[in-house]
Amino acid sequence: MPSHALVIEDLVKRYKGGLLALDHISLKVKRGDFYALLGPNGAGKSTTIGIICSLINKTSGRVQVYGHDIDQDFAAAKRMIGLVPQEFNFNSFEPINEIISNQAGYYGISPNLAKERTEYTLEKLGLWQKRKNTPRELSGGMKRRLMIARALVHDPQLLILDEPTAGVDIEIRRSIWELLQELNAEGRSIILTTHYLEEAEYLCKNVGIINQGKIIIDTSLRALLDQLKQETFIFYLQDALATAPKLENAHAQLSDERTLEITPNTTLSLDELFAELHNLGIRVRSMRNKSNRLEELFMNLVSK
Amino acid sequence: MTIIEQLIALRTLFLREIYRFSRIWVQTIVPPIIMVALYFIIFGKLIGSQIGDVKGFSYIVYIVPGMIMMSIITNSYANTVSSFYSCKFQRHIEEMLVSPMPTYIIIWGFVSGGVARGGLIGLAVSLTATLFTEIHVYHVWLLLLVTLLTSILFSLAGLVNAVYANSFDDISLIPTFVLTPLTYLGGIFYSIDMLPPFWRELSMLNPILYMVDAFRLGMLGVSDIDPLLSLSVISAFVIVLYAVVHLLISRGVGVRS
Repeated sequence: MPSHALVIEDLVKRYKGGLLALDHISLKVKRGDFYALLGPNGAGKSTTIGIICSLINKTSGRVQVYGHDIDQDFAAAKRMIGLVPQEFNFNSFEPINEIISNQAGYYGISPNLAKERTEYTLEKLGLWQKRKNTPRELSGGMKRRLMIARALVHDPQLLILDEPTAGVDIEIRRSIWELLQELNAEGRSIILTTHYLEEAEYLCKNVGIINQGKIIIDTSLRALLDQLKQETFIFYLQDALATAPKLENAHAQLSDERTLEITPNTTLSLDELFAELHNLGIRVRSMRNKSNRLEELFMNLVSK
Repeated sequence: MTIIEQLIALRTLFLREIYRFSRIWVQTIVPPIIMVALYFIIFGKLIGSQIGDVKGFSYIVYIVPGMIMMSIITNSYANTVSSFYSCKFQRHIEEMLVSPMPTYIIIWGFVSGGVARGGLIGLAVSLTATLFTEIHVYHVWLLLLVTLLTSILFSLAGLVNAVYANSFDDISLIPTFVLTPLTYLGGIFYSIDMLPPFWRELSMLNPILYMVDAFRLGMLGVSDIDPLLSLSVISAFVIVLYAVVHLLISRGVGVRS
């Protein structure tokens, strides 16, 4: 088994109107990785995914999936991929068990095995009771899960999800996260695009950021967060304060009499900060980050 | 994909097409039967009884092969054009594009559905015709061969239309402005021997004429054109259209950016 689930080399996509959507991008995703591909709208994320999955023709460059070139060995490469697209793309009039078993058939899976896998994936995604319904009769969250079931029916090793939790409520989002973590723990490589940066921070090991058709960051999530030089914390206080305290290695300001915003210097640990607050007689009830750390970093990177 | 896997994929597409047009039988199966029944009543019984024999057959018997062929043509075309365009419109064509199915399996999957619907409607129209007149079978193998080749041809033509279609209007333009006139002028209701020389020569440019004429030979044993020429013309169209469809779909015209 090759060490990389996906290797993209010098990939270019220029659309008919002349728009350069991908400008010589190269990317490697390790086998078993949980990789976030981030970027603002129109950055080239969906184009990249479309090319990997043969939905968009590339202008030039190479793509390999588990060592199989998508041009020269397209059947083997396609077998490795399960795609969960951004928008619903079902036949609205087809019962969902037929949608799943037909998808298995397109991969050459025998009817008996297709039936077994259809049952297994629909059970796994909590849709077995709805198997006779058509997609029109499903809720938004169920449709998302149906797309995941369809992508899994041929047992792919690389699962690609294009904004899988867009527009779903928190409960469903959490259940999708748990499922994805489970699939990753089984050894499947996962590539995820998302606009919810806390989703990437919660799930992913490595991150690529694409902007204006170029990869501007390709690193581990840890290394990316280490680039963050300053963080602001919000402390909710037990007792009211009249003025903000003067701290040695941090800047503090009051939002209201019981809410204190503190931006510590990079040299100051949270232990030291808590000790200083304690010495000043300030008791903390709870605290949180002022903003999502990854979001802050993301905004800095793409606005450069 | 191995040969077996390809056959499984083809079977899946074929059954999917059968289920699709069976689910909407009120739109796909009933209307052509009602339409030809009306043709038989009006042109066959009411007007046909005022017209003399054509090539030794009563008028209603003479038009039966053309009516069956017209149903096969319109239904095999309608099946692929609506099915493939619907796949594009709802974007579930992507289910096929992401799979390892080779282009020719996708094409033959849709074509097999068109052939099945064309054949089924042809059979239903033949049975309907028995309510109004007797049915003749002169060359059963020729009938089957012409039915198969014609339904393949128009299934492929429907795919070409669907590939280029960008709206539901686009899938009705060709049937309305090209297919229907060519079918009506393709010798369904008359023998081209009845036409003046200029119009007779012009009719020879109409490919549907060859299909209707070969089918009539298979049913009644009379024809205006050498059947070998008819079969050659139909086969040539099938080959050319298949090459066009294969080129379009493998390049992703209309389905990939």
